[in-house]
Amino acid sequence: MTSQNVPAVEIRGVSKVFNPGGSNEVLALEDINLEIAAGDFVTLIGPSGCGKSTLLRLVAALVGSSSGEVLVNGKSADQARLDRDYSMVFQKAGLFDWRNVARNIELPLELMGWRKSARHRRSTEMLELVQLQDFARHFPQQLSGGMAQRVAIARAMSFNPALLLMDEPFGALDEMTREHMQNEVLRIWSETNTTVIFVTHSISEAVFLSTKVVVMSPRPGRIAAVLENHLESRDDTARDSPEFFANVSEVRKLLRAGEN
Amino acid sequence: MKQLSNFVQIWPPLVATAIALGSWEFLLWITQPDGFVLPPPTEIAAAVGENFATITTATRVTGFIIVTGLVAGVLLGITAALLVTTFRTANETITPLAVAINAIPIVALAPIFNFWFGLLSPRSNQAVVVALVFFPIVINTARGLTEVEPSQIELMESYGVRKWRIIREVRIPNAMPFFFTALKLATSLAVIAAIVAEYFGGRQDALGNIITSSAGLTRYADAWAAVLAGSLLGIVLYGVAVLAERVTMPWYFLARRS
Repeated sequence: MTSQNVPAVEIRGVSKVFNPGGSNEVLALEDINLEIAAGDFVTLIGPSGCGKSTLLRLVAALVGSSSGEVLVNGKSADQARLDRDYSMVFQKAGLFDWRNVARNIELPLELMGWRKSARHRRSTEMLELVQLQDFARHFPQQLSGGMAQRVAIARAMSFNPALLLMDEPFGALDEMTREHMQNEVLRIWSETNTTVIFVTHSISEAVFLSTKVVVMSPRPGRIAAVLENHLESRDDTARDSPEFFANVSEVRKLLRAGEN
Repeated sequence: MKQLSNFVQIWPPLVATAIALGSWEFLLWITQPDGFVLPPPTEIAAAVGENFATITTATRVTGFIIVTGLVAGVLLGITAALLVTTFRTANETITPLAVAINAIPIVALAPIFNFWFGLLSPRSNQAVVVALVFFPIVINTARGLTEVEPSQIELMESYGVRKWRIIREVRIPNAMPFFFTALKLATSLAVIAAIVAEYFGGRQDALGNIITSSAGLTRYADAWAAVLAGSLLGIVLYGVAVLAERVTMPWYFLARRS
């Protein structure tokens, strides 16, 4: 579907001004240029107010850019949204309380007009992917935070989007659950060959997960540096490896430099 | 365990009611006030027995006014809430109007509605019920339709669906708990509205009229019997609303995991 030489995402000279002309005008992003290759796992990291969530929403075409161009799979971000080229996961799982787990996962498929039997087969596969086979008939209120977020990931992956956009998806989880979820998302990423853009404010999370760390600086939001992040492996041993620590301190240095 | 918990839930109010009725009877028996101040429960029960046919007819007449007025008020309220939350112009025109209507003491309009619809017509009583039920339904349902988790709206937008689909899939289910809270409130409002409206006009065989005419003839036990029938109507309607709530949104009553 996506040809190998078209980048998954191209951001060219993008700026975003909120409330232009108003007394509360804010320059959220200035002159952002970024290219993301298909299959990359890119994290956007930076202090609050650096515009990382805004940048993610520009790629999702949930907000429009004030200038510049955002291309997803070689087409405009808005066209990509209408073609359902991407899927999004938010900090809050955002499951619908009135749908059970299976029907939450099937929601995008319902909207796309999939037949019931095909939807059911797909949600069963997705429940296996996130290892929640026994919870199909449970309702969101009966799930823990980590389980709810896994259902949200299953919902996002249900229609095989080429691109997965994640906005601080583990920000509300405790440290143990968080590390477990990081392993899960890496496993899903390697099994499905999806391109991921992942917003976080955790340095270790960014270094553990991504092939590329985009360090952003605030007021106005800019890309301060892009770090190619190669780790030997991406399992729990990687969390204690020297290259992991080296890259963590490198990202920390870049973040500090960006603040000045 | 389940049976035990039902038992625990049912008996305390029954015992409390029995104690209250018993003390009522007992206190009147000791103090012996003039009979018209407060008749004892046994006398009211006797009045119900004597006027059983009249009371059941009146309950049916008033019950019809309450139910039809309630249904109409609820349907109008839901429609207005959907319009107000979907279209900006509707919000700007209907909301101030609804607030203004709510500022009017609606039951005070009963004599005026009698003039509009005819002194003996039940239409005026129904109009009072509709007007009184409308407002809580609009306000609560509109809140439920708008107070949606923002990321849930963003999620639906990310799927590139149209506004009406977001209303159907997210806003309406989200509004259900809000709506049922208002509906439960509306059932008791409807009973009050219908009976007070009947004090001023409408059919002569309705509960409100029996209360005023019996009180006028110092037949206080009869008046109390009609009041009792009115409260029964209220309890039944409230029960129906609670049942509808349970049936429509079983997911809402699952044990919440903290």
